[in-house]
Amino acid sequence: MSTTLETGRGRGQQPPTPPPAPPTPSPGGALRRSADWARRAPLLPALVFTIIVTQLPFVVTLIVSFMDWNAYYPDERGFAGFGNYASVLTDVNMRQAILTTVVLTAVVVLVSLLLGMVIALLLDRQFRGRGAVRTMMITPFLIVPVAAALLWKHALFNPEYGLLNGTLTAIWRLFGSDNAPQPDWITMAPLVSVEVALIWQWTPFMMLILLAGLQSRPLDVIEAARIDGASAWQIFRYMTFPHLRRYLELGGLLGSIYIVQNFDAVFTITSGGLGTANLPYVIYQTFYQAHDYGRASAAGVVVVIGTIVIATLALRTVSTLFQEENAR
Amino acid sequence: MSSVTDVAPVAATRTPEGAPRRPRKPRSGALLGVAAWLIGFLFVVPVLWMVLTSFHSEEAAATNPPSLLAPLTFAGYREFFGVGTGTSPWPSLLNSLTASVVSTVIVLLLAIPAAYALSIKPVRKWTDVMFFFLSTRMLPIVAGLLPIYLFAQWSGLLDNIWLLIVLYTAMNLPIAVWMMRSFLAEVPVEILEAASMDGAGLLLTLRQVVAPIVLPGIAATSLICFIFSWNELLLARTLTGTVAGTAPVYLTGFVTSQGLFLAQVCAASFVVSLPVLVAGFAAQDKLVQGLSLGAVK
Repeated sequence: MSTTLETGRGRGQQPPTPPPAPPTPSPGGALRRSADWARRAPLLPALVFTIIVTQLPFVVTLIVSFMDWNAYYPDERGFAGFGNYASVLTDVNMRQAILTTVVLTAVVVLVSLLLGMVIALLLDRQFRGRGAVRTMMITPFLIVPVAAALLWKHALFNPEYGLLNGTLTAIWRLFGSDNAPQPDWITMAPLVSVEVALIWQWTPFMMLILLAGLQSRPLDVIEAARIDGASAWQIFRYMTFPHLRRYLELGGLLGSIYIVQNFDAVFTITSGGLGTANLPYVIYQTFYQAHDYGRASAAGVVVVIGTIVIATLALRTVSTLFQEENAR
Repeated sequence: MSSVTDVAPVAATRTPEGAPRRPRKPRSGALLGVAAWLIGFLFVVPVLWMVLTSFHSEEAAATNPPSLLAPLTFAGYREFFGVGTGTSPWPSLLNSLTASVVSTVIVLLLAIPAAYALSIKPVRKWTDVMFFFLSTRMLPIVAGLLPIYLFAQWSGLLDNIWLLIVLYTAMNLPIAVWMMRSFLAEVPVEILEAASMDGAGLLLTLRQVVAPIVLPGIAATSLICFIFSWNELLLARTLTGTVAGTAPVYLTGFVTSQGLFLAQVCAASFVVSLPVLVAGFAAQDKLVQGLSLGAVK
């Protein structure tokens, strides 16, 4: 991990700039000046576009977050100082939303990482139908998120005709009983229901990253260790796991970034009810239904700050892998 | 954890070397294979159930216990496509198609030259530029939603598919730049030198030397951008209405139950997911690389 520490946020500093891929030997001095611009030109459209579309809105959000601005009261627009932040951080609903976001993200990321690792280890072996199992595993990730949420809500969790309760009835019937338990899953455990649907979709993502990690292991070294009498557990603990660590970090951090932002599942499965409203959902509501622009922006800035913390770590991990890749 | 401990050594025996200390290897190996099949099956069951239910009648779909062997019918699909009721999903499907395809094309037009300037003839501080692109992908969309909404309202672009196209382009550009850079990095520099020695211009070099090598990469990148655009809900839900609404927005009409409609929901979910399933399986080998922004190969 020592190389990681050298690389910061990536934007300003990048101390040990990896060998800048020596340019093609320039044929003459006259070409050099125009070559400098010819080099930059292809990059500019993408860069300018990105700055305008992604950076400007955040600047505006930052400004609005310090304003009193509710579309229902257009005359009362003015400077609010930190008022919006104070109300965001003291409001019971907002605090609940922050907590929900943290719990939802942490549970989904950790469980799908763990499941993903077990499945990746199972798939990193020769057995009949390995390709088929891999394809089956990827499928949940390829269902449109709203459709996946609808599927869980209506076809699986539904207390009357959902597959979960249907299976319970079938099993109980098998043993001659007619009173199988028929829990109302979403009402009983709303947040867990959302988490289960998300874990189902995100485990394949983790599995793919970890499988790629496993397959980049130096097999000869592991073989040598095995011949030297290392036990299965020792090989996993001291060789496979340290190698996988960086991929676990990468999967966890990228997963966190996507799941912190999750809107589809919360919106579809519970519509933010029963204590499942996370920050993106609450911000959507504050701005789209309550039209309190100032507060919505302040909450948005809070999400950005939270994301920057995770993103900084993620960028570090990515940059470590990136430098190894380029050093090769 | 016992399954995990068992796995590591078996994984290592991919080399032909025998394993003298491990007489029970074949049996535990078969057991682990069965475990993998079982888990894979559990993960795919909800999807299989969705497809099966979509071909059942509404009555058969709503039984408890489930009727697996009910007769198959297209009623759910007819209902979803509005035969009889008149509300057709086609406009929203076409909107999704337009937004995804057009934004993907623009992404490629912007990302490929940028990736060229970041790999083959790299500008100074090119890693900083790369990480700038990446950092924009990590900022939550929801935090920029309000200014975008106000801008759309002010400029009259609300409920206009072009607004979504621009936003999806910005959303996918970082991924495309990272992916394309990692593909372009595989182009051997010597070939490019030889081409420029022979007096080939930039465009000619791109078309005749670089393109053939990186075309598979371009295909994978566009499939992944297509998937992300097709899936997007929050922006579409906030910024479109009856005219420019996309397929995921159409699906949100099914959030609250409306009597017997499970077969129709399943048909709708399957139809809307079908393009993603096709694109995803087509890009299967490059999926990790795209999702991990090129960090993992």
